[in-house]
Amino acid sequence: MTEMVQSGHDGPVVVRRSRLKKALSNVKFWRGLIAICVFLGLWEIGSRWESWFGVAFPYVGLIPAPSAVGLAATEVVTKIGYWTSWVDSFKRVFVGFMAAMILGIPFGLALAVNKYFRGIFFPPFEILRPIPPLAWVPASLIFWPTNEMSIAFVTFLGAFFTIVINVLGGARAIDVRYLRAAQSMGATQWDLFYKIILPGTLPSIFTGAAVGMGITWEVVLAAEMISGGGTQAGGGLGFFIWNSFMGGSLEQVVVGMISIGIAGYLSSSAVRALGDYFMPWRRLF
Amino acid sequence: MQKEETARDAAGGRLSIRNVTKIYDPEGVNVMAVDDCSMDIAAGEVCMIVGPSGCGKTTLLNAIAGFHSITTGEIYLDDQLLCGPSKPQASMGADRIVVFQHGALFPWKTLLENVAYGPIVQGSMTKEQAHALGKVMLEEAGLSDVADKYPGEVSSGMARRVEIVRALINSPKVLLLDEPYRAMDALTKSIMHESLLEVYDRTKVTIFFITHDLEEAIFLGDRVYVMTTRPCKLKKVVDVNIPRPRDYKILSSEQFRLLVEEAKEAVHEEALKAFQAGERELA
Repeated sequence: MTEMVQSGHDGPVVVRRSRLKKALSNVKFWRGLIAICVFLGLWEIGSRWESWFGVAFPYVGLIPAPSAVGLAATEVVTKIGYWTSWVDSFKRVFVGFMAAMILGIPFGLALAVNKYFRGIFFPPFEILRPIPPLAWVPASLIFWPTNEMSIAFVTFLGAFFTIVINVLGGARAIDVRYLRAAQSMGATQWDLFYKIILPGTLPSIFTGAAVGMGITWEVVLAAEMISGGGTQAGGGLGFFIWNSFMGGSLEQVVVGMISIGIAGYLSSSAVRALGDYFMPWRRLF
Repeated sequence: MQKEETARDAAGGRLSIRNVTKIYDPEGVNVMAVDDCSMDIAAGEVCMIVGPSGCGKTTLLNAIAGFHSITTGEIYLDDQLLCGPSKPQASMGADRIVVFQHGALFPWKTLLENVAYGPIVQGSMTKEQAHALGKVMLEEAGLSDVADKYPGEVSSGMARRVEIVRALINSPKVLLLDEPYRAMDALTKSIMHESLLEVYDRTKVTIFFITHDLEEAIFLGDRVYVMTTRPCKLKKVVDVNIPRPRDYKILSSEQFRLLVEEAKEAVHEEALKAFQAGERELA
C-alpha cells in the first residue's frame, strides 16, 4: 500500500534512498538498533538462566527465549495456515475499518454542519459510544447470521466511534476566519463545505483513522479469540495465538504476538502514508 | 489631485456610515459597542481608524463586511445600501474583502491557489485563467518565488502580503484591514507599510484600516479617525496632508511629528477613559 501511494509522486525513489542513507548515518538509528539488540540479549539470558544456573529467573524465565521464538518462526512461516491467518485478519481489519471510514466521515461531517441532524443523532450516539466494542460481541453473534459478519461488525464499531468523534471535533474547530474569508470572496455553501470544511477537517480525519486503526486491530484479535473463528471462518492471527496456546506451543504464541505487532505497524504506516498524500501541506511540520 | 479623485469616483468605493448603532445583547445584558457613529469615506481614501482596545472598531468593520448586523443606522457603499433598517446585516461580497489580524490564508492551499480562490468560486474565471492572473499579480507584488509554497512555509509578513494580493484579485471596492500588522516587529512592519503603499499607489482602492499604532496611521492614511472608548463614536478627524508617494523620510519631518502629537492627544484621553472604566469594572 505504501509503495502504491508513493509511486503516485514525482521522484519518490530518490527520496526513499536518501532517507535510508540518512538513517544509516544517524546516531538515533544506531541507538535504537542497539537498544533492541540489548533487549533481546537480556531476554535470551533471562530465558536460559535455569539451564545455566539451575534456578529459574522469575517471570522472564517462563517465556521462551528469542532464539527459540526465531526457530519456531522459521518453521511457522513455511506453513500456509500462518499466512492465511494474516490474510484473514487483514481482511477483517480492512473491511471493518473501511466501513467505519465510509460511514463515519460523512456522519461526523453531517453532525458538524447541521444542527438538526446533530440534535437528533448526537444523543443516541453519545450513549452508544462508551460501550466497549467487545461488549457487543455476544449481541452481534446472535444478531448476525455468520461469525464472520459479527467479527466485521464489532471491528467496525471499534473504529467508527473514534472516527466520528474526531471528524465532528475537527470540523467544529475550523477557524471562523476561513469561513468568512471564503464567503466574502463569493464561496457558495457547497464551496464552503468542499473547499474549506473538508480540507480543514482532514487532519482530524487522519488522527481519527490512526487511532481507529489501532482499536480495529485490538478488537479483531479479541473477537477472533472469543468467537474461536477456526470452526466456521478462517482463524486469523487471534485464533492462531489462541490455538498455539491451547496446543502448548509458547514459541508460536510469541511468534503470533510479534506478527500482530508487525501487522499493526504496517497498517499505521499505510494510514500515515495516505495522510501525507492527501495533506501535502502537513508534510512541512 | 482633483482630477484623480473624479477618476476614482467612477471606480467606486465611497463608504458612508450614517448614525450606526450596535447593541450586543448576550443574555439580556445590553452592551453598546457603537453609538450613533457617522463617517464619510471618499472613494480611494486611505482611512485609518484609531481607538482604545475593545472600543468597537472591529464591530464597525464586521458590519461593513457583513459578518454582523447593526442595530440602527445605515451603511452605504457608493449608492448601494449595505445594511440599514430594512436589512440589518449586509451580505458578504467580494467588493469588500477583509484582511484579518492573524491572517486567514487557507493552510491547505498553496499561496497561488489561495490567490486564485476568489475568481474560481465566483465563477468569473476558469482555474487556468485564475492561476495565470494570480501568477501575474504575485509577480507584480514581488512574490513570485513563493507562489508554490504553503502558508505554513512562509513568514507572517509574507503571508500578509499574499493575503492582500488574494483580496485585490477580486478587484474589491474597499479593502478592510483589521490590525493586519499588529503582531509584527517594527522592521517587518516598515516593510509591510512600504508594500501596502506601493499597492495603494497602483490600485487606489479604498482602504479601511484599523490600528492602534498612531505612527502607522499617519504614515499610511489620508485621514485618521480617532474613535472614543466604548461605545464607539467619532471623536476627531486628523487630515494628513502629506503628499504621496510617501517614503520613510517623512517619518522624521516636523509635519509628521506635529500630526502624531495632534492625534496622540485625542487618543490618549480616550485610552485613559477606557483604562479607568476597565478598573472600575474590575473593582
